[in-house]
Amino acid sequence: MTETSSSTSDYPAKPPVENSGGGGSLVPLLALRGISKNFGPVQALQRVDLDIPAGQVTALVGDNGAGKSTLIKAIAGIYAPSSGTMLWNGHEVHPHTPRDAADLGIATVYQDLALCDNIDIVGNMFLGLESTNTGILDEIAMELKTVQTLKDLQVSTVKSVRQLVGSLSGGQRQSIAVARAVMRDAKLVIMDEPTAALGVTQTANVLSLIKTLSSRGIAVLVISHNLNDVFSVADRIAVMYLGNLVSNGPISKYDPSSTVELITTGASERVEPHPLHTFA
Amino acid sequence: MTTDTISDVPAKAPLLDSLRKLLRQDSGLVPVLAALVLLVIYFEIRSSVFLQAANIANLFTQAAVYVLLAMAETWLLLLGEIDLSLGWASTGAGMLAGIYTNVQYGWPWPLAFILGLLAAVLVALVSGFLTVKFRVASFIVTLGMQLVIQGLVIYELDKVFQGGGVPVQDAVLRNLIAGDLTPVWSWVFVVAVIVGLSAITVWKGIRRRSAGLESVAFWKVALRIAVIALVGVFLGFIFSVNRGSFVPVSGIPFAVPIVFLLVGFYSFLLGRTKFGRYMYAIGGNAEAARRAGVPVDRYRIYAFMLGGLTAGIAGLMLISQLGGIASSSTDPSIVLYAVAGAVIGGVSLFGGRGRMVGAVLGGVILAVIKNGLTLIQLSGPAQYIVTGVVLIAAVLVDVLGRRSQQLAK
Repeated sequence: MTETSSSTSDYPAKPPVENSGGGGSLVPLLALRGISKNFGPVQALQRVDLDIPAGQVTALVGDNGAGKSTLIKAIAGIYAPSSGTMLWNGHEVHPHTPRDAADLGIATVYQDLALCDNIDIVGNMFLGLESTNTGILDEIAMELKTVQTLKDLQVSTVKSVRQLVGSLSGGQRQSIAVARAVMRDAKLVIMDEPTAALGVTQTANVLSLIKTLSSRGIAVLVISHNLNDVFSVADRIAVMYLGNLVSNGPISKYDPSSTVELITTGASERVEPHPLHTFA
Repeated sequence: MTTDTISDVPAKAPLLDSLRKLLRQDSGLVPVLAALVLLVIYFEIRSSVFLQAANIANLFTQAAVYVLLAMAETWLLLLGEIDLSLGWASTGAGMLAGIYTNVQYGWPWPLAFILGLLAAVLVALVSGFLTVKFRVASFIVTLGMQLVIQGLVIYELDKVFQGGGVPVQDAVLRNLIAGDLTPVWSWVFVVAVIVGLSAITVWKGIRRRSAGLESVAFWKVALRIAVIALVGVFLGFIFSVNRGSFVPVSGIPFAVPIVFLLVGFYSFLLGRTKFGRYMYAIGGNAEAARRAGVPVDRYRIYAFMLGGLTAGIAGLMLISQLGGIASSSTDPSIVLYAVAGAVIGGVSLFGGRGRMVGAVLGGVILAVIKNGLTLIQLSGPAQYIVTGVVLIAAVLVDVLGRRSQQLAK
């Protein structure tokens, strides 16, 4: 993915390289320290430590019930963790509602929950944040901004931004939901199974959109069951097993078979066990 | 970059596919306009009186109540709600305006009108509050509310005039339906509407073009303006013809500009403001609207109140048209015409789809059916049957449109 230096968009292009490297001394965008969550006697998360750096794609993998969804819900402010701390740019934060998380710049993309089928793309992009001119919707300004945002993210599959969202395919809806988050200045975009139920072409489009996001300095956290997708798009992998984060690190340390081993048994001889505090 | 478009799915049959495509892109007013034109042609063939000046004026005043009730219900249907008490709320509002302008009380008409409208809004506010606060289906809440108001209205009518009912005694209340603009003002109104609508269309095109955005083709704009001008001038001529039998009568009935201004205002609210955008958003996906920060519950209550207000205005027209309201002349099925008018006009029962202009056309269709069947001496039972068939056809168009939209995903 090539990046033009003369971008006209409002959000920053890719940050300096040192910020996105692993093992550096710089603080990651989001750092989880000892996050636990129990539902009554059930321990859904056990002392999870995870760093999510800006400008990189982190894939969160694990079997059903491993705690992936609970973890992203804790980050997105839907569940409050039972214990542990969240550091955002090195500062401790406690998002208690999805709104708090959104205010920090954490956007969770749910393609079905976020869009109104009966409203066009422009209307959906600006829902809740409409531009107005003396009380009247400024459709022209909103349309221009929408076209620009989609162009910046290299989303070229929609014919017209005046199409109703209900007429879009799953991949296109996903793209619009992501573009909406980016336009709202998201720093961390969380996607839960973004390519599930998508065809081959649409999957390729969504994966290239994810790469575009990270090249713009945005942190992406993707849950996926599809290891092909994970290995084609992720910079880092975090593996969960029965509520524990058993392994995480740069993708170069893993291959598909060791990852499968980690997912199914929680350990692999070929990957060093539980590399805690990769960034510390 | 490769492209994926909605045409990933291969077309099975070209005809079926294009039909589906037509339904998928909010076909809007096309079905209802087609139905209206067909009905008008049919009745004109069957009865030479149908398109005469006197009957058209009559038709417009008959349509006023249906149109306003359909507009009232549209506010609710757009959010996926329904208000079954609107019919009796409008009867009650009309009754209050009639009672307090009566010699017995002698209130000035603005006060009596406001009292009637306030009562209708208050009823809707209570229904809306109960629906939102206790998360009860609006269908049930307003069904109960309808019975309560029905009881109150009939009790009040029988108490005031001992079963005689309330006659309209105030000139302004009577003239809502019976009065006309002078011929000169009628033409001023027609020309202002044509110029206003054309100016808005052209101005929008110019602004979009100067911002470098795709704008509607020139011939479409020209066609639209031509149609508006043609219909406007035709109605202008029809209304300037003398249609009285004993004394000369001409000019546009007051009800027409009143309804027109209200439609214009509501369409502006729905199409050009945040308020309207949020109404559609809640009707389309309430959860998405909530996540986007829209105060969903408050907007639901606004919708109920606007429905109540509009029903109140319909009630003023109703008592004006009937010349008075008696407990024996109240029509319990009036609310069904509110729902039917909106749905025939393309307002979806599932929320989120439909326009105020559609509700107007739906209301006009109800009036055309009633008026036309009366002219060919098929009133009463036939009117119910034809209205029912048209309503079912409209619901089918709605459901098919919705289904093909879901298939598209």
